[in-house]
Parts: sequence; structure tokens; C-alpha cells
Amino acid sequence: MSAVELRGFGWRHAGRKAWAVRGVDLRVEAGERVLLLGPSGAGKSTLLAALAGLLPEDSGEQEGVVEIDGLDPRKARERVGIVFQDPETQLVMARCGDDVAFGLENRGVPADEIWPRVDEALRRVGFPYHRDRPTAALSGGEQQRLALAGALALRPGLLLLDEPTANLDPAGAALVRQAVAGAVDVDTTLILVEHRVAEALPLVDRVVVLEPGGGVRVDGPPAAVFAAHGDALAESGVWVPGRTVPPRHAAAPAGDLLLTADRLGLPPRLTPTDLAVRAGEALAVLGPNGAGKSTLALLVGGLLKPGTGRVTAAPELAGADARTPPHRWRAPALAGRIGSVFQDPEHQFVTGTVFDELALGPRRTGQPEAAVKGIVDGLLERLGLARLAGANPYTLSGGEARRLSVATALATAPRLLICDEPTFGQDRQTWRELVDLFAELRDAGHGVVAITHDPDFVAALADRTVTLERP
Amino acid sequence: MISIEPVAAPGAPLARRNPVAKLAAALVFSFILIATLDPVAPALAIAVQLAVLPLFGIRYRVLARRAWPLLASAAGILVTLVLFAADRSGRVLVEAGPVLVTSGVLLTALGLVLRMLAVALPGVIVFATTDPTDLADALIQNAKAPARFAIGALAAFRLVPLLGQEWQMISMARRARGVDAARNPVAKLRLFVSTAFALLVGAIRRGTRLAVAMDARGFDAGTPRTVARRQRFTPADGLLMAGAAVLAGAALTVSILLGTFRPLIG
Amino acid sequence: MTQPTGNRWRTIDIVIASVLGVAFGVIFWAWGLLWNGPADAIPLPGRAVLYGVWLVPAVLGALIIRKPGAALYTLTLAALVSVALGTSWGWTIVVQGPLEAAAGELAFALFGYRNYRLPVALLAATLAGLAASIYDVFVWYPGTAWGSFRLPYILITAASSLVVAGLGSVALTRALAGTGVLDRFPAGRERAAV
Ligand SMILES: Nc1ncnc2c1ncn2[C@@H]1O[C@H](COP(=O)(O)OP(=O)(O)OP(=O)(O)O)[C@@H](O)[C@H]1O
Ligand SMILES: Nc1ncnc2c1ncn2[C@@H]1O[C@H](COP(=O)(O)OP(=O)(O)OP(=O)(O)O)[C@@H](O)[C@H]1O
Ligand SMILES: [Mg+2]
Ligand SMILES: [Mg+2]
Repeated sequence: MSAVELRGFGWRHAGRKAWAVRGVDLRVEAGERVLLLGPSGAGKSTLLAALAGLLPEDSGEQEGVVEIDGLDPRKARERVGIVFQDPETQLVMARCGDDVAFGLENRGVPADEIWPRVDEALRRVGFPYHRDRPTAALSGGEQQRLALAGALALRPGLLLLDEPTANLDPAGAALVRQAVAGAVDVDTTLILVEHRVAEALPLVDRVVVLEPGGGVRVDGPPAAVFAAHGDALAESGVWVPGRTVPPRHAAAPAGDLLLTADRLGLPPRLTPTDLAVRAGEALAVLGPNGAGKSTLALLVGGLLKPGTGRVTAAPELAGADARTPPHRWRAPALAGRIGSVFQDPEHQFVTGTVFDELALGPRRTGQPEAAVKGIVDGLLERLGLARLAGANPYTLSGGEARRLSVATALATAPRLLICDEPTFGQDRQTWRELVDLFAELRDAGHGVVAITHDPDFVAALADRTVTLERP
Repeated sequence: MISIEPVAAPGAPLARRNPVAKLAAALVFSFILIATLDPVAPALAIAVQLAVLPLFGIRYRVLARRAWPLLASAAGILVTLVLFAADRSGRVLVEAGPVLVTSGVLLTALGLVLRMLAVALPGVIVFATTDPTDLADALIQNAKAPARFAIGALAAFRLVPLLGQEWQMISMARRARGVDAARNPVAKLRLFVSTAFALLVGAIRRGTRLAVAMDARGFDAGTPRTVARRQRFTPADGLLMAGAAVLAGAALTVSILLGTFRPLIG
Repeated sequence: MTQPTGNRWRTIDIVIASVLGVAFGVIFWAWGLLWNGPADAIPLPGRAVLYGVWLVPAVLGALIIRKPGAALYTLTLAALVSVALGTSWGWTIVVQGPLEAAAGELAFALFGYRNYRLPVALLAATLAGLAASIYDVFVWYPGTAWGSFRLPYILITAASSLVVAGLGSVALTRALAGTGVLDRFPAGRERAAV
């Protein structure tokens, strides 16, 4: 029901010299459904935050005009609902029903209307539990749906969704998309940010592509946009439907055994599982949300103590420590042998700048400073982070943070690399760069284990897959 | 470990009372008892508290588990008085160097220990039977606490159980990057401090995002809030508060009648 | 500085003060176990050297939030949370907390809530320490001697508060500002762009 108008809009975050978005001229009519695209770091999340009135004056500098129905978005918050990429940080209350009701209470909805509206919103997103369920007991996908219900209950005229299916298993992602399709009223304006265009297309009738630092690049109905600009867009990093990426499978057969897990488990998070990783192979671990994949990664990575079973590292990998399990190794030895990329990139950051973050591992494993600088600069360049070397890791965009966390593990060139969802939130360009990096590592005789929900990634890189079931 | 879940059997008659009423009753009860230093009144009060415990739906074993830090405190009080009591009258029980333990000292210590228990137990009982959300609701609706602050505190309180997980995550992240303390105690302490600092930083960062999420749902819009969960203050709640005052007063009265009363000031 | 919001608390002020309060509530809970456990090896009043930790949130809250009531709110909440988690002093901390906090708050109020520099922070910490120890001496340690116990206890507590809560909070605020998490607060605004 709400119309959006941007004229010459730009925003620069406090502490940054570069503009996050700039020169955006865009008008979205009431009831339109827009897919907002653009390379990682183009400013999509920033733009959504601006529309939701969530860029406080004291956190940066604005240029141009942004209006919702002719109002400053900070004054029009009651017309806008937003679901952020990370559901965990947007749940406010301890019980699911209370969390949906929270927004209604704030808007002053009469008390006797609140619970019917809460129940309706929960039903529309297909929420499977009673409203008394503690929010702490939800899986990632369920949290995402609850957040969506919280936004829908407010009956916003403009609904903003920022990568609402990142980190969900394919079934969960389909459910959330279905919920969005079924839950949005015909007259709700929708702006959706999603890198994987093909899945999102059924939800939208218009595509807008942002040019980093340069306003709107292309705008129009999906079919027309991809027909006219498909190649150029794919080249600049947009996932144009129907354009596949060349696979990078191993040229040589897998080499020696690096590590085996026997009946490895940690009740109740992971039921006993067997696994073997060889040098020169890329192994993909699949499975639904909550199956214990991340737990497995931490156990194999020597970061958690196994509850059952054991991890054995072959002398090939363990060197002098072949008789002790990885979780008992000294940290510098571990970091040089097994690299871990956590599911949530922010869980992994331990320093204050992107450069230090990358330099930490090589320094701890005893590289000379000149070599450290060479490694870091090379990775920054390849992953498109060079201009952010001095930035605080926590201020990066979703995709940038993911790349940095992968790069930190690559920096020590570990013999075995374990990555938890290494490609989520990536544009086509950075995605290919990541696949190339993993492939090079594998072809140089390292072992790569990747936990992933991304079928393209499996198709492009994996030599073997293992699927976990929910315990 | 830290637990923030209420442990009462649902439906217990006193656990169901309005949280503000429980809070006020516990405050009244405690503060009447703080006024005396004798062992009799607190002993009576403790007996009363243990007697009403079933009405709050708490089993004695659960209470013991929640209240064990109190015993450590009791030991602390005993040691302090044995070493520093001003009044060392009465029969000498132990004399070892500077340590002079008399019956007077022990009586004072006993009084203080019992008083500490009598004053602390109501708090344990209230928080063991009250859901934080209900407490915040009742504070807003029945005690006119500012809604924005009560809700903000409630939202932050939800992070408590997450802090433990976060600590583990930070430690793992460091280990994965080659940072550990080996067997060096100084390095261990440094690592502990820097992990704690990282935890605080992480909590603030989370809080910043939470504030944005709350604003996105109209928390600070200036519209008068409505309430989804009504908290009622009934005559039974008033009765609970009055009952607490009467019982604590009765304990004091008995002590005065027995001539054991020793006022805190005077 | 211009004051677009004046003395009104923004959402972020409330939430961050609450987060600080909750975090310190947990620290108090753990500290209480230490205070009555291993620290028993140092008998009172010597143990009061460690006392300053109880008063950190009052000063830290005020230094970060810089709004009237910040010291009072942060420490009161920390006290309440520690009670909810179960401390050994239980309950009466619900009264003692605000009392100490109010003493700290007084220092910032004296300077019209405009000055948050080191000397004011030290003053706030000292006042809070005095309030806390005087309360203790009367309520928790009646029957102890003034000369050998009460006076030393009060003085040591005030000194500990000055160092731990005063200097400590100033240092902690600086360290936090350096990580960028305080960018939306006055305390975090003096950093270079990249
Ligand atoms: N809080 C912040 N402080 C400073 N800089 C920021 C902040 N948030 C984002 N940026 C920067 O602004 C630019 C745009 O970020 P934004 O998150 O809007 O990108 P995006 O298009 O959503 O990217 P992605 O697809 O990777 O999520 C990035 O270069 C990012 O580093
Ligand atoms: N620190 C923890 N403490 C207790 N339980 C946990 C913890 N982390 C995860 N769990 C639980 O263990 C189970 C497995 O979690 P895990 O994160 O390993 O799943 P996953 O397969 O990685 O799921 P996803 O695809 O959503 O990332 C889940 O039910 C989860 O709720
Ligand atoms: Mg983004
Ligand atoms: Mg996972």
C-alpha cells in the first residue's frame, strides 16, 4: 500500500570514507514486488535499512531524499515491516507469541485484537508450535519464520526482506518463500534482497540492480531485464538464471587418508557418525537444519571434545602429534594443520581490523612478517576486500564478512580445511572466486570439507558427499 | 549453574500471585527483620518461610539447590565476627593468640547468620517462582514502572543463558586461529581477561542490533503502548503483602516479649 | 556537541544500559561465589580491597550512556539480576544497590550531567564506595569494633572503589570505544575513518 521514492539517495556509514550507496533514483509504486540485486557490498542492506528508518542520524551521513508515502522513513516506521538477514538478533521476547505481540503492543493495537492477530500471523507463516514455546528453543529456520510473522502481524504497507532464506536448508527455504508468497496481501509493497535469483523470481514482478557506488544500473520486469542485460549482469556478479558455472572437479584421484572419525558424536547435538577425509578431495556434508553438521565440523576441527567415538589424524596430517586426538593439540599446531570456518562469520573474528584478522593465523604459526604481508595482500585482492583492509570486521556487509572468515582459514594454508556454509550470501563473482580458491587448495593436495545447503556449490566442487539426518 | 527458569509447580496458590505483590511482600518481610540482631526473631521467620514453601510450589530440595551460596555467606559472617567482634563478654570458649571466642561472640554470630538467612530466603523464593516476563509486565502495569525501561531490561535479560554459549564460541574461535595459553598461568590469566572483554563487546554489539530490531517494530514510536498480557492486582495479592508484614511483625513481637530483642540501631 | 535527543533516553541507551546491567549481574553472581569462597582466605576488612568490582556498573553505565539516571539504572539492574540468579546477600541488595548507585549518580548530577571526565568518574566511584561500606557496617557488621574493623573497612572500600570502579571504568570505556561498539555513543565518536 505504500509507495517508495528515492531521489539521489546516498548513505555513508560513520567511520567510512566510501559511500555504501550513492546516487539512487528509484520509485516503487504501491503493491509492486521488487527484487533488489547487486554485487556483495553494493549497499542493498543499507538501502533497506534506510527505507525502514533504521539509519540513525548519528550513525552516518545522508545525501538526497528518501520517502515513504511522502514521509521521512524515520517518521513512517509504522508503515514498514523488515526482516533482517540474521533472525537471532531480531527476537525480543522469551516466548514466541509474546514476540509477535511485541510490535502490536508498541503500535497501540487494542488488547483484545492482539492475540487473534498474533495467531493469524503465526498461521500464515506456517509456524508449527504453540505461542508459549520459548524463542530460545527454535532452529534457525523456525526463528526466521517467527521474525516474518512478527513483521506481518503489523500489516505493513511496505515489507522489506533481506536474504530471508540464507542458512536455511532447501526445504526450509522453500517453506519460507511459500510463506512470503501466501502471507503478503495483494496490496503490500514488497522489496526483497536475494542473491539466488531463480528461486526468488516467482515472488516478484520487477527487478532492480544496484551498481556499487553508482545508483541503479538496470530496472524492469525480470524477463526483459535478463534478456537484454543477462551477459553483462552475469559478468558483474549477478546470478542470472540459466547461466551455470563451469565445474571444478578434482583432476587426480584422492590421495592419502588425512583424518577419520569413528562413531563420532556429541549427544544430543550429533548422533554417532563415521567420516573419512583424504588429501586432494573435496567432501560436501549435507543435511537438514539441526542435523548436527556444525557440531560435526567443530568436533572434526579439534575445537570440541567428542562426546562419543573419536577423531584420528593420520601422521600425514598430524606430524609429531599423531598419537593424540586433534582436540588435545596445542592451538598453533592445530591452526597450521586444520583450518575451520564457522557458520556465523562474526563468531570467528578476534581482532579489530580486516588486515589483523587475516594476519593473525600466519603470525601465530610463525611466519616472518614479510611473508605474512604477502599472504594477506594476496587474499584481500582475490576476495575483493582490499579497500576494506583497515575496516572493523563487524562493520562488513554479510557477504564481505563471510569471505573474510573463509580467508582467515585459508591464510595458514592448512592441510585440512573445514568450512561451514562457505558460500552463503555471495554474488556470482565472489562465489566463483571462492570455488576457485578451494579447488586450487584441493588440487595442491589439501583436504577440503564443506558443509553446505548450496546445490550449485556441491555440483561445482564436491568429489563426494555425505548426508546427515536429523537426530 | 545459572538458571533463570522459574522452578515452582504451576498453579501453586502463592506462586500464582501478582509478581509485584510477591516482590513487595518479600521486601516488607526482609526489612522488618533487618531491624533486629537477636537470633530468636529470624529463627521464627525462617520457620515461617519453610512452612509456607509448599504454598509456593517449591520443593525443599530445589530450594536447597538455589540457596547454597547462602551457606558460604554464613561461614563468612562467622569468621568475621570471631576475629573482629567488639563485644567479647560472656564465657570464654576458645583462646588462641589473638582469637578470643566467647559465648557472647557466638550468640551475636548466630543472630547474624540466622538474620542473613531470614532476609535472603524471601528473595530466593520470589525469583524461583516468578517468570521474568510476568515480572516486567506487572512492574509496568501494577507498579507504574516506566515501560521502556522494564521491557529493555527484560530483552537484555534474555541474553543471560546465551552468554555461556558465547564464551565457548569465543574460546573456540581463538583456538582455531592458533591462540592459546599453553601451561603458562600468566598467559592463562591474560586469555581469560581478553575472553571476558570479548564477551562484553559481543554483548554490547548484540544489544545495539537488538535496539535496532526493537525500533523496527515501533518500540520508540511515541504511540501509547497497549498490553497483551494483563496482570491483575487482586485482593488476594493485597492479603499476601499484609500477611508478610503481620508474620514478620509477629516474629519481632515474640522476640520483644521474650526479652531477646536487640535493635539494630541503638 | 549538539544534543538532538537532549536528555531523553534513546532505545539504544536503554538497551545498552540494560545489557551492561545484566552482564554485571552475572559477574556479581560469579564474584559473590568468589568473595565468599576462595577470597575468604583474606579476612575482612582486608577483603574489601576487592570491593570495587561491585560498584563498576554505576560508573561505567554513566560514562557510556551519559544520560541522567544512567548510574542509578545500570547498577540497580545489575543488583536485581544478581538477586534473580541467587546471591548470598539475597534480597537486601535490592535496596543496597540503588543506594550505592544513587551516591554515584550524585557526582554526575553535581556537574549537571555535562562532565564525564576522569575526576568526576573518580568522585562518583568514591561516593558509591562510601555509601556501600557505611551501609554494610551498619546492616551487616553490627557489633564490630570501629577501630579495628569499621573504619579500616570503610576506608579500604572507598579506596578500592576509587581504583577499580573509577579508574577501571574509565579504562574499560576507552577499551570498548576502541573496538567500535560504542560508535553510536558520545564516548565512541573520536575515531578515524577508513
Ligand atoms: N555498520 C557499518 N559501518 C560501516 N560500514 C558499513 C556498515 N554496514 C555496511 N557497511 C559497508 O557499506 C557497504 C555496503 O554494505 P551493505 O551491507 O549495504 O552491502 P550489501 O549490498 O547488503 O552486501 P551483501 O550482499 O554482501 O550483504 C559495504 O562496503 C560495507 O562494508
Ligand atoms: N551450543 C549448543 N548447546 C546446545 N545445543 C546446541 C548447541 N548448538 C547447537 N545445538 C543443538 O544441536 C542440534 C544440532 O545443531 P547444529 O548447529 O550442529 O546443526 P546444523 O546441522 O549445523 O544445522 P544448520 O543447518 O541449521 O546450521 C540442534 O538441535 C541445535 O539446536
Ligand atoms: Mg546485505
Ligand atoms: Mg550449522
